[in-house]
Amino acid sequence: MIELLSTIGMVVLLFLIHVGKLAEFTALAVSHVVRPPFFPRLIAKSMLEIGYFSLPVVGLTAIFSGMVVALQSYTGFARFSAEGAVATVVVLTLTRELGPVLAGLMVAGRVGASMAAEIGTMRVTEQIDALTTLSTNPYKYLVTPRLLAGLLTMPLLVLIADIIGVFGGYIVAIYRLGFNPANYLSRTWEYLQTNDVVSGLTKAAVFGFIISLMGCYHGYYSKGGAQGVGQATTNAVVSAAIMILVFNYVITTLFFGK
Amino acid sequence: MIQLRSVRKTFGPKVVLDDLNLDVKKGESLVVIGGSGTGKSVMLKCILGLLRPNGGSIKVDGEEVTNLKGKDRDRVMQRFGMLFQGSALFDSLKVWENVAFGLIQGRKMQRPQAREIAIEKLAQVGLAESSGDLFPAELSGGMQKRVALARAIATSPEIIFFDEPTTGLDPIMADVINDLIVECVKKLGATTLSITHDMASARKIADRIAMLHKGKMIWVGSAKDIDHSDNPYVDQFIHGRAQGPISMELRA
Ligand SMILES: Nc1ncnc2c1ncn2[C@@H]1O[C@H](COP(=O)(O)OP(=O)(O)OP(=O)(O)O)[C@@H](O)[C@H]1O
Ligand SMILES: [Mg+2]
Repeated sequence: MIELLSTIGMVVLLFLIHVGKLAEFTALAVSHVVRPPFFPRLIAKSMLEIGYFSLPVVGLTAIFSGMVVALQSYTGFARFSAEGAVATVVVLTLTRELGPVLAGLMVAGRVGASMAAEIGTMRVTEQIDALTTLSTNPYKYLVTPRLLAGLLTMPLLVLIADIIGVFGGYIVAIYRLGFNPANYLSRTWEYLQTNDVVSGLTKAAVFGFIISLMGCYHGYYSKGGAQGVGQATTNAVVSAAIMILVFNYVITTLFFGK
Repeated sequence: MIQLRSVRKTFGPKVVLDDLNLDVKKGESLVVIGGSGTGKSVMLKCILGLLRPNGGSIKVDGEEVTNLKGKDRDRVMQRFGMLFQGSALFDSLKVWENVAFGLIQGRKMQRPQAREIAIEKLAQVGLAESSGDLFPAELSGGMQKRVALARAIATSPEIIFFDEPTTGLDPIMADVINDLIVECVKKLGATTLSITHDMASARKIADRIAMLHKGKMIWVGSAKDIDHSDNPYVDQFIHGRAQGPISMELRA
């Protein structure tokens, strides 16, 4: 019994230590956002990596999601003669949920992993120590630009994904399900509210921050050579994915919860 | 200039530095020798604040540096240059950008001017201008070491640490590097603390030599006294004998 309690105690303690470390890491990195020098080149580089180079994979995800939502809702809603709602369902699911969440998960796998691997390698090869000895703060140089880039780029990426996804739904609706194009488009706009898009973009910004944060955090504290870097990469992706799903619920509650 | 008193560093149960005392005087070249894994690199990292010692005091010009943070830390760091044992070059940057890094980031120099200085420093370590536009991964191990050396001295710091500067270099290049280190001390008036296993190099660059063993400095003396130190550990080390007090302790 005491053994069990002490085990639980240990786990809770370890968890709290981890949370504390993460909070300190985040606070330090964020504090450098407003303190010069800034690194616009590095921010731009990260933005390109997160946004531009993720476009193909996120675009593909979005278009197929839009297509499948159109198909599924059509056949499902036909059971109670509500096929007319397809356009609305497609645009709402995409802007509110699928756009940000799927883009978030894809980018976590692509960019979060590469950040953790890059920073982790820099850690185990002492490049981070070298930065310090060359009077450059590693938080400022490595972490802050990535956090900013994640925060700023993901909403843009998700906005594009939303549009591509709606387009995917449109294609299926017109060419497969025989909807009238003008009708479908006006239905798409009719019930769409600002809040639907804004909530989705807010999610995107938060997810972007989470992805960069997890990539940097796990990379920064990786140790022990190639194996440690591999572990950091896995942890970065898994923890980012879990946090994205949790925060997705939290933000949804904040926007639409009763 | 640098003063270590009762410095202690452990990793878990493993005691690496145990009550270590050392003084480095201004403008001198001190060489630290000692067996592999005795904590020479750890000692340098403690002075630079990359590792936090468990106890003791480290002073640079009388200022305690073990607890420095933020701006104060940056100010002290500006005075140091460090050549890492594993080179630690930034692999996402070109060779010249590596060498110029401290100038551009630390000293806020314009890129064209920093590039010129970088090329000059590369020439000093025997690398052609064309290698400046390569990435570190495209260089051989010895060339990487030399780039790292150029980076360490690029900002002409007051205090320079060299962690095994000649390891992995051919004998001729090693001697070029030795001369360069001597020049840093003599011409630029830098204070240097070097670690080496290469006794020829130690004899050439050292004003004084210190030997680290089991977490303590067991011998410190002038370089010319190294051959008659009357210390069996030092004797065994400089002659590279397998038999002696050090190996007996390893077996025990
Ligand atoms: N980050 C670390 N975590 C745990 N142990 C470490 C760490 N860094 C160094 N050590 C241990 O400290 C000891 C001293 O390491 P250090 O790198 O200082 O050796 P060294 O004297 O520089 O040896 P060499 O001449 O081979 O470079 C080693 O036994 C090593 O296992
Ligand atoms: Mg070493």
